[in-house]
Amino acid sequence: MLALLVAQNIAFYVIAALIVFGAIRVVTCKNLMHAALWLVVVLAGVAAQYILLAAEFVAVTQVLVYLGAIIVLFLFGIMLTRAKTGTDEDLDNGKIPKIGAGVIGVAMLGLLGYSLWDGFGDREFGDLLVQRTAQVSDSIFSTYLLPFEVISVLLLAALIGAIVLARRD
Amino acid sequence: MLVNQFLFLGAILFCIGIYGVLARKNAVLVLMSIELILNACNINLVAFGAMWHANDVSNMSGQVFALFVIAIAAAEVGVGLAIVLLIYRNRQSIDVNDVDLLKG
Amino acid sequence: MPELLDKVWIVPAIMALSFLIILFFGKRAGTRATAGIGIAAVSLCLLFSVVVAGQWINRVNNPPTGEKLAQDIVKANGLTPQNAEDVEAEANAATHDSGETAATASGTPTVTPIALELASTGAESAAGATASEEHGSGEHGSVPPVVRTVTWFQMGGISFEAGTLVDGLTAMMLITVCIISLLVHIYSTEYLRGDIRYTHYYAFLSLFTASMLFYVMSSNTLQMLVGWELVGVCSFGLIGHWWEEKKNSDAALKAFLTNRVGDMGLIIGVAITFFAAGANSFNVLHINEYALSGAANTTLLLVGGLCLFGGVTSKSGQFPLHTWLPDAMAGPTPVSALIHAATMVVAGVYLIARLYGVFFAGLGIGSSSLHYVAFIGGFTTIIGGLLAFVQTDLKKVLAYSTISQLGYMVMALGVGAWTAGVFHLFTHAFFKACLFLGAGSVSHACHHTFDMREMGGLRKKMPITHATFLAATLALAGIFPLAGFWSKDEILAGASSGQESAYTLMLVFGLITAFMTAAYMGRAYWMTFWGNYRGHAKPHESPKVITVPLIILAACAVFLGFTNFPTNFFGLKLPGGFTTRFEHYVEPTFAFPPLQHAEFTPWLAIASTVLAAAGFFLVYQYYAKNRGPHGLTGRSGLARAGYGFLENKYYLDTIYTDGIAGATKGPLARASNWVNQNVLDGVVNGVGTVARVSAGFVYKDIDQLVVDGAVNGSGSVSEGAGQFLRRIQTGKVQQYASILFAGAVVLAGVFVFVI
Repeated sequence: MLALLVAQNIAFYVIAALIVFGAIRVVTCKNLMHAALWLVVVLAGVAAQYILLAAEFVAVTQVLVYLGAIIVLFLFGIMLTRAKTGTDEDLDNGKIPKIGAGVIGVAMLGLLGYSLWDGFGDREFGDLLVQRTAQVSDSIFSTYLLPFEVISVLLLAALIGAIVLARRD
Repeated sequence: MLVNQFLFLGAILFCIGIYGVLARKNAVLVLMSIELILNACNINLVAFGAMWHANDVSNMSGQVFALFVIAIAAAEVGVGLAIVLLIYRNRQSIDVNDVDLLKG
Repeated sequence: MPELLDKVWIVPAIMALSFLIILFFGKRAGTRATAGIGIAAVSLCLLFSVVVAGQWINRVNNPPTGEKLAQDIVKANGLTPQNAEDVEAEANAATHDSGETAATASGTPTVTPIALELASTGAESAAGATASEEHGSGEHGSVPPVVRTVTWFQMGGISFEAGTLVDGLTAMMLITVCIISLLVHIYSTEYLRGDIRYTHYYAFLSLFTASMLFYVMSSNTLQMLVGWELVGVCSFGLIGHWWEEKKNSDAALKAFLTNRVGDMGLIIGVAITFFAAGANSFNVLHINEYALSGAANTTLLLVGGLCLFGGVTSKSGQFPLHTWLPDAMAGPTPVSALIHAATMVVAGVYLIARLYGVFFAGLGIGSSSLHYVAFIGGFTTIIGGLLAFVQTDLKKVLAYSTISQLGYMVMALGVGAWTAGVFHLFTHAFFKACLFLGAGSVSHACHHTFDMREMGGLRKKMPITHATFLAATLALAGIFPLAGFWSKDEILAGASSGQESAYTLMLVFGLITAFMTAAYMGRAYWMTFWGNYRGHAKPHESPKVITVPLIILAACAVFLGFTNFPTNFFGLKLPGGFTTRFEHYVEPTFAFPPLQHAEFTPWLAIASTVLAAAGFFLVYQYYAKNRGPHGLTGRSGLARAGYGFLENKYYLDTIYTDGIAGATKGPLARASNWVNQNVLDGVVNGVGTVARVSAGFVYKDIDQLVVDGAVNGSGSVSEGAGQFLRRIQTGKVQQYASILFAGAVVLAGVFVFVI
């Protein structure tokens, strides 16, 4: 049991480090295409974290939707806007906005870290039970049926909206 | 494992995302940073879901909401990229600083 | 034949389906197929409605008894079977207990006395007693409507239901709507031939029919609200059918916005009746029962009734919100016939008839001889009739006549003559539709003009249109023995006998209107069909597609009056199976106030007929024989003023646009300007000044600056403040986002560390 926990913890920290590094590269690197590829790393890492949390279905969905669809969308977006291939120095704001953004980010992180530590401390998960897909579907199609329908309508609206916005006429 | 491990990861990812939203001026990159923020929220949701699930086996809210967020993120990216395309077509640039019609 | 009374939801569903098919495939299928789909769907609905009406008649003839009755009552009240047992238990308890603890005082608030009484009746009959003859309020026992509901959604412990309610009133409305809609569909195939938005038109016709059918079979007020708004939307779409002309789109907007005013009243009224109904129920029968049981707060009921009447005022064109109806004539004529004469505008009248318990108890219909509903109805008949005299547009004459007749119906309901009002709704639908379609036929022949000054002498050229128009005119004027005679007469009789005392004022209004109706219709008739043709087109009789609907409607206008033949007509006593059938089958016997039924009054019948004939005679003398004071408006200032007053529609539109809209626009704009100038600038200046002054204290050493600032005055200060504030508004999204996030951090910090 203990060995398993240690293994889980090691896996968590390795993946977390990867995620954080990838995320920092996404927001700092000078190549648009590289940023998109680093985003792949982050999203895949998040999917791995879901597996660690025993949430298989969300992990699979993350892979399908984010890695499969959204990344491709981004790549299309990059290509359709004819971004420069290779390094582009003109992706960031000036120095002052960047410093401001950094200050805001660090301040928020400090605040969040303090409140999280204050709120949860060293609370353990307890036994992580596998949350099976059947349970997820039961929950979606009973308790959360109405929000589910609303989301499907939202997706439809977004689809139509995207078409209307993007078509040439 | 501690709950806080995941929550901290989420918090870090969230703040990196905010930095990206504020510091980047390429619209596509801003959208990517928003994806980081949404993923941070999802990590939190799933972590809390796992926490409650350990107490009450029938409680699946965390995962269900994570799924909803993924769906909404897909919609957001679709519409967002459509808008970016439109801006690009009209201005030949996707620099968010160029779009300042609200300037006082 | 399967029982269809609880399956009427199919009827609007058919029309909705037809709407969708036309909407999605109409353009591709072509005009003939489009019209075919619409006509087929309406025919199906008509067939269904006729069967439903037949089954309802059968149900009234063989009322349910015993357990079935109890079940129906439970369903009608929207109670669950669990509650039903409570009803019975309480009913028994109530009969055993002494008077004080009975009924409302004890037990669940969902149970109302009438439900108790009837449920106990059902229980008794189940136990072997005979039918509920002695408990019923009518002469033929109590026949509960057929109600079928499903739970729509649940919220806060209240379940909202959607369902259908079928009784005589619903069946009557179904048939009326379906017949007229069918004829209008057929008529439009010719009238709108080659129109650019042919499929759009038919799609809206289908949707309109669907919503109207949905509206009349609603079992609760929420659903009625949905149907009500849907017909409003269709009306908007159809009035503005030819929106390329500014006039038409303006008329559509005006209709829509005027209706919004009333709809606010309706929504508030629905909410009030929901709470006044005590049981937190939207079920119409439940609301009626509770209102009639006397347990409801009378003030609440009065306010609720008045708010609901606000909705009626706008939808059914009552004074002072009638101004949209004449403008609505901008739509195609078949639409005017269907919507603005026969069906949609009676939605308001139907609302009163359906929620009669609320109006009866709330406004004291049974106990007063002058109250809001009756007065507004009576007043509207007069002002509508007067306006019809000065119109030169044939359709507008008919529009004002519609307003006047709607006033008649509302007045009838107001004086407690429920059956008379609903009967008039029924007959009016047919002859008014006939008149409108006839007007359309005339205009079809005369180069699409409705100006009566360019008509005349059409009698010979369009014999069928002329004959049907004449029949409908006589029916509208109430000439014996056409349909209008019977319904109008019943209203007058109802007003003269009243509930407790006579409604004398309403009777006078009614008689004046009888005279005026004949006069203005006679004027329109003579100007259109007699004399010499004054236009430039070559009028010819319309094709069969147009004349056949006219003939059918004219036949209805002639014969439908006999459906409510009085019991004692000048001493003529027909067997019971032939008299007052309409009243027998349509008037509810469940959750309905005990009404006095007026007897046929010979002197009133004679008086109204004589007045109508006099109206015709005078107009005949004036227009056909050219006698009487012609050119009066040229000679007399008073007459000219009166004519101008009428021609400007009592200046109501002027009051609305200049008075209300203008007043809101002007002072509001000026007020906001004042606030801008004085308050906002003052604040900015103040902030600047304060900043300066405090800076002055800090930098006291640099005396010069303070002096400078004081000397230069607040002018430069405010300019500086403005410049500073302006710089925040960079238009850069990310700066706004930075401020947002920074603000969030600060606020969250305050919450975490300080509070």
